[in-house]
Amino acid sequence: MQKQEEVTPLFSEEYDIALTVNGHRYERRVPVRLLLSDFLRHELHHTGTHVGCEHGVCGCCTVLLNGEAVRSCLMFAAQADGMVVTTIEGMAGTNSDLHPIQKAFQEKHGLQCGFCTPGIIMTVHAMLHENPNPSDEEIRHELSGNICRCTGYQNIVEAVKLAAMRLGEQKMEVE
Amino acid sequence: MATRWFGASIPRNEDPRLLRGKGSYVDDIDLPEQLHAAVLRSTHARARILNIDASAARELPGVHLVLTASDLGEVLEPSPLLVPHDALTQPRTQLPLALGEVRYVGEAVAFVVADDRYIAEDALDLIDVEYEPLPVIHTMEIAVAEDAPLVHQDVPGNVAAHLIQTVGDPDAIFSNAPFVLRETLLMDRGAAMPMECRGVLARFDAHEEMLTCWISTQGPIPIRNGLAAIFHLPEHKVRVIAPDVGGGFGTKIMMFYPEEVLTPFAAIHLGRPIKWIEDRREHFISANQERSQLHEVEYAFDDQGVLLAVRDNFIHDTGAYTPYGIIVPIITACTLPGPYRLKNYFSEFKVIYTNKVPVSPYRGAGRPHAVFVMERIMDRIASELQLDRTEVRSRNFIHPDEFPWDVGLIYQDGGPTRYDSGSYQAGLDKLKMLLDYDNFPMKQAEALKEGRYLGLGIAYYVEGTGIGPYEGAQVRVESDGRVFASTGVTSQGQAHYTTFAQIVADQLGVHPQDVMVTTGDSQAFYWGVGTYASRAATIAGSAMHLAAVKVREQAKKVAADLFEAAPEDIELADGKVFVKDAPHRSLTLGQVAISANPLRYAYGENARNLMSMKLTSSRSGPALPPERGTPGLEASEFYSPPHGSFASGVHGAIIEVDPKIGMVTFVKYVAVHDCGRIINPMIVEGQVHGGVAQGIGGAFFERLVYNEEGQLTNASFMDYLIPTAAEIPTIVVDHLETPSPLNPLGVKGAGEAGVIPVPALFASAIDNALSTFGIRIREMPLHPCRLYELLEESLGLKGQ
Repeated sequence: MQKQEEVTPLFSEEYDIALTVNGHRYERRVPVRLLLSDFLRHELHHTGTHVGCEHGVCGCCTVLLNGEAVRSCLMFAAQADGMVVTTIEGMAGTNSDLHPIQKAFQEKHGLQCGFCTPGIIMTVHAMLHENPNPSDEEIRHELSGNICRCTGYQNIVEAVKLAAMRLGEQKMEVE
Repeated sequence: MATRWFGASIPRNEDPRLLRGKGSYVDDIDLPEQLHAAVLRSTHARARILNIDASAARELPGVHLVLTASDLGEVLEPSPLLVPHDALTQPRTQLPLALGEVRYVGEAVAFVVADDRYIAEDALDLIDVEYEPLPVIHTMEIAVAEDAPLVHQDVPGNVAAHLIQTVGDPDAIFSNAPFVLRETLLMDRGAAMPMECRGVLARFDAHEEMLTCWISTQGPIPIRNGLAAIFHLPEHKVRVIAPDVGGGFGTKIMMFYPEEVLTPFAAIHLGRPIKWIEDRREHFISANQERSQLHEVEYAFDDQGVLLAVRDNFIHDTGAYTPYGIIVPIITACTLPGPYRLKNYFSEFKVIYTNKVPVSPYRGAGRPHAVFVMERIMDRIASELQLDRTEVRSRNFIHPDEFPWDVGLIYQDGGPTRYDSGSYQAGLDKLKMLLDYDNFPMKQAEALKEGRYLGLGIAYYVEGTGIGPYEGAQVRVESDGRVFASTGVTSQGQAHYTTFAQIVADQLGVHPQDVMVTTGDSQAFYWGVGTYASRAATIAGSAMHLAAVKVREQAKKVAADLFEAAPEDIELADGKVFVKDAPHRSLTLGQVAISANPLRYAYGENARNLMSMKLTSSRSGPALPPERGTPGLEASEFYSPPHGSFASGVHGAIIEVDPKIGMVTFVKYVAVHDCGRIINPMIVEGQVHGGVAQGIGGAFFERLVYNEEGQLTNASFMDYLIPTAAEIPTIVVDHLETPSPLNPLGVKGAGEAGVIPVPALFASAIDNALSTFGIRIREMPLHPCRLYELLEESLGLKGQ
């Protein structure tokens, strides 16, 4: 019973948060220890963000936090208070075309089981924002924080190159 | 037919959904009233359980149920022994929860159900288990030592199984052979590590008396049958669905993992849906592993480099239980002869219990070990006789005119190890060209002048794929013209929603996007076995083909009646059905399907258009004439192969070793692959890429390290190093297509292939790179530190 007293306060404490996810504002009361990944998946039902290791290595849970790629399993929902989160569901609307990065992954067969894919796409999104024209080596380096067990990465690298090219063309058209 | 989809690299049907984050993996499904489970796992590799006090956990607010072995009643029975074998005289399988004794770190001891996973894990901390630690068997070598402690008190010598197979007369050959060598070769433990861990969601609907389980598994149909038996439910009242599965690689072809029984048990007991999701730490210590074998091999050859005989004696570590029988070591024994004309072969193995996570197949399933042994032999013969490594292989190859080739062994499926077809020399020739093999020695010598150590490695394999017993498929044309196609096998990323659609589309003249494939749902297809042994495309694919052919014939008959033409003159193309040479007067496939179902209440656009065509005339007999049999355009077919089909391949790589730090980088990697006719080259290449990456992991990065207490010391992705994009090279893939004569599509399996030759290849390349050090690699996996140690040893020995 001694242990129980140590445990009880942990989950009884709650925190009010307000954040923007994929353009929608949410206000929720969350337990302080609720992970951001669990909040996105099981509170907001954005289940495209996957959890592969819960220790920040595999990258499946990668989301954009104020535009930066982060591991949503390594932070609490409460820490995202006031922030802007983008998940895989925010990349393309349900009825609209796939985002050029998503499209490139399909064309180059950059996914197999699809479990790591959302995290990788979010990583790539942030990568191409920083560096719109990465070399093969830079792509492989940037991807090294995401584990894929199916593809051997080769077609992912190809997809990133294709996406970079297409996004570059789009940008030129806009300009 | 206008288009042939078979053989085309079309994009995958499953991708748009998965790319949008709209996949549906087990943990993505949340049901109303759902509770969450967590498992208390043994912290000891071997211990007596003296007492379990769960009272504090039961009192924790939010906890609904705490189960220990004594709470399970009649459900407390060992998991079934899958694939029994006469040689497996001491099988032992696991209880859903340990009773009295634990035998590996990670074994399930208690099961907690709570409002959420956080509370369930809090409750685990409150369960007090009193253990009396017992001596631990943490290696195969200790397990077989005299007076070793026993993993199971009633299994003498820790020996679960002992199997001897002999081909020809090896003893006679050895007594007269010009050259005989003997070596010890070791392969250590690794694990599949799919990105999605295991998971179970169970719901029992009391009104329907129906148990539904969503399980991240490769074998939902056998699990359905098993759960029905355990819970005394009719089979049709149990539905098991493998939804999207985030990788399996063999580790999910198991039944039962304890949680697959405990979760539905608790759901029935509490009357609420219960979800259990394995976390990565749990996966490291409770999902099955593989690979450890110790081979003592002796081989005889002549002065021309012809292999005359092999004697291979190995021990195979099965961990604490034998859930999957002795499939893995049998595959090893049968894979060892490879593409070579080995006519005298003695194979003996013992399956040994240790206090480690149980063993069942992991992609490659016993084959990488066998290929490691045989390809080490080929390289050694070459170096002993100063012959070229590829030349030695060529001199031993089975030739294309020698098929079918009987290896002389009983394969894992109980059938013969009989190679159906192969083009081994052609594969090697392709590889040499792609690797620029003949110019490598020059490049190597130049690099060495600069102090750079380049090495070239090669490894050949023959892989038993597409084994029985059978799979089935159902194909049905719906009234909108789309085609429903279902089978009992599952998909864990192999693109079955696309490849099966290609097979069906060719027969029915529709686009593959209009074929809606369902896999792994026991309610969508009743019969089946599972996705393992690189068999889904071959076995379920053949069944799909047969069913689609039948539906095509039905469509022709129905259309022939409507058009008043002969069935053989009816064609199906672009979603339409018409009389040959008269495509202007056509029906849609959906309209033919409606016509095939003599309903009074047809609905929808297709039906309205059909009625306006006024094709139906008055009839004299029954609406559904006996010769048509069943309504609609629908057929189920099954395919059972005579025996496995044998794919093959050869990989080659050029590596660079930095002897100062033991690091290895790949300069070039080539895989030449022959899986018979290819349904979708893009997908097969993807399978090869992924297999090679896993193979590189298993050759140089991934090794499960157990300490003397049987604790897995690297049970996280921080310490168990899965290769990333930075480590895996670009892989050049080329194909041969030697059709299998065994099945209607001429296909062979491809899923596991990529991983199989990599450890052998890696050893071959390192030997070659470090030939000046006199290194001979006899163990896998290596890692930079171990390679550095081997170099130090070699230098030390030279210095003496």
